[in-house]
Amino acid sequence: MAKKILLSYGSGGVMMHRFINDVIQKKFSNPLLDKLNDQSVFNIEKHRLAFSTDSYVVDPIFFPGGNIGDLAINGTINDLVMCGAKPLYLSVGFIIEEGFDIDSFEVIIDSMSNCAKKAGVNIITGDTKVVQSGKADKIFINTSGIGILENDLNISGDNAKPGDKVIISGTIGDHGMAVLTKREGIMIDSDIKSDTMALNRLVEKMLIHTDKIHAMRDPTRGGVATTLNEIANQSDVGITIYEKNLPIRENVKAACEMLGFDPLYVANEGKLIAFVEPDIAESLVEVMRSTDEGKDACIIGEVIKEYPKKVILKTSIGGSRVVSMLTGEQLPRIC
Amino acid sequence: MKFITEFRDSNLAESIIKLLRKEAYPNSNLMEFCGGHTVAIFRSGIREVVPKNVKMLSGPGCPVCVTSNSDIDKAGKVVRYPDVILTTFGDMMKVPGSYDSLYDLRAKGYDIRVVYSTIDALKIAEENKNKKIVFFGIGFETTAPTIAASIIEAKRRNINNYFVISVLKLTIPAIKKLLSLGEVKVNGIIGPGHVSTITGANDWKFLPDEYKIPCVLTGFEPLDILLGIKSLLDMIKQNKQELVTEYLRSVKPEGNIIAKEMIEKVFIVDDSDWRGFNVIEKSGLKISKEFEEFDAEKVFDLKTESSIKNCGCKCDEVLRGIISPVECSLFREVCNPENPLGPCMVSSEGACAAYYNYYVE
Repeated sequence: MAKKILLSYGSGGVMMHRFINDVIQKKFSNPLLDKLNDQSVFNIEKHRLAFSTDSYVVDPIFFPGGNIGDLAINGTINDLVMCGAKPLYLSVGFIIEEGFDIDSFEVIIDSMSNCAKKAGVNIITGDTKVVQSGKADKIFINTSGIGILENDLNISGDNAKPGDKVIISGTIGDHGMAVLTKREGIMIDSDIKSDTMALNRLVEKMLIHTDKIHAMRDPTRGGVATTLNEIANQSDVGITIYEKNLPIRENVKAACEMLGFDPLYVANEGKLIAFVEPDIAESLVEVMRSTDEGKDACIIGEVIKEYPKKVILKTSIGGSRVVSMLTGEQLPRIC
Repeated sequence: MKFITEFRDSNLAESIIKLLRKEAYPNSNLMEFCGGHTVAIFRSGIREVVPKNVKMLSGPGCPVCVTSNSDIDKAGKVVRYPDVILTTFGDMMKVPGSYDSLYDLRAKGYDIRVVYSTIDALKIAEENKNKKIVFFGIGFETTAPTIAASIIEAKRRNINNYFVISVLKLTIPAIKKLLSLGEVKVNGIIGPGHVSTITGANDWKFLPDEYKIPCVLTGFEPLDILLGIKSLLDMIKQNKQELVTEYLRSVKPEGNIIAKEMIEKVFIVDDSDWRGFNVIEKSGLKISKEFEEFDAEKVFDLKTESSIKNCGCKCDEVLRGIISPVECSLFREVCNPENPLGPCMVSSEGACAAYYNYYVE
């Protein structure tokens, strides 16, 4: 039988990485794409630009703390700013299912407009398609974004170095659990809210404070575990993190426990992980904590020479274990 | 009360670990029966902190892992009937049966849906009156009451398009079988916390009484397990064989009476085919005559050709505690969670998956 695309090819985990590397990247291969960052950085004459795209298929489209429109704007902005770029312009593409409620659509585009304004970016081009009922699920959104890098930064997933401290900008797992607890068939009463937000203001402040940030990424699909594994692989280093230091809200912990999820693998939509030189780590955390977006920032670990391409977690009781990359489909359609 | 953090308190854990290391315990093999314990032990790094001469063995207590190929083939057969929607717990999706995994079958277009509970399966039945909804009922005493409840509820509400393939298994006959085979030396057993919540602690007295093996029924948090290990090692050192319930916040001597009554109402005890053990006498639950209209094996013809064994996979020996997953030549390179050859690598509670995901080499 011919091979079929499995849901896990979009999970953010091992299967997706393999699918991208073996099927997609092979055909499109070029030096910029082959860096496999969430955005590409390139020069046009004297200007250094960043470009990124992302599609949003979250289910349900409305969840505590936001909706698909918030994700579509904030997500693409965050992908741009993870290389240190200042986001400038966005495009928006809608694929809408026939019969979708116009009022809901307006709520979504209001959110998009507000998010864009708040982040100081403009939506300057777009496209709208409608498909027959049943041929899509309510609404899918694609956004692409372009940003500019104002100095000679090299913040890239392949640039983490042994000795670097690993900083997270806030609590883990809020978005994934907010969506999951409202998903049909699960529906748990909880006060968990998505953390969806744009991180460009936070990153601006971080870059004013220091030029010693080596790598940054937003731990979306596949969560913190997957992002750390990606960086460990790209930079060919090991990473140690400390269970005691991981910031996780009690309600997220409880929901994860009930449903059998590890918060390390649950998606975030308003967090970043930064790999920074050790001497500025603590002062950078202070700077981050002075912002709304980074008020719970903390150091969760460090980059090591040992265990290349692996992430090791020191447990709260003093043991250790590997944190592997997500396998299978933990949670389809989380963003 | 935060209800999780207390049982992960690192200061308390540290003091138990200190006590464990101070005491000179004899060389001991401790077996955790339950897959939930296997994962908890790896996730909290307990193997690293117990005394060096204490070996932790993983037992056959993962329901997905012990589900035999012949059981999975029944699910693979039922989806081929017209108008069938198969519902299953997510962990079963990737287990390779003799021919296909449910994952493969879903990608081929069969309607197979992952549910979190039997209540979801019942709901699908109510919403799809013109379809036949089959629930793939795997699990131990812990899952059996929820499946029983769904069948009782279906009868009460006259839902006549809901069916169950019952391949439920009972843990105690399997432990007895494992011990009677005598392939591994077990000095102490960490008993299953959730199963004993249903069966009651009393059902586990046979371990010290008949087999002269101390047993601790414990919870799944790091402190639960550390206390359980300490209690077992103390008994081994003092040559005492007793049953200790550490998991007092969940396990009662008589168990969960209501759940036990439900199991008795809906099921009868029958022989069952276990991966790793073949057929174990009186170790399974089949749907009783009173509820046979819900028994998928009565409604559909699910008899399959004799099942095929996976070539080279040593899950059988892993399940019996004879080898550790890393001793299987297929481990990691050939058999891994994306391409599992055996169920112990598929299930999140399987010993192979636990080694693969958490073990620091």
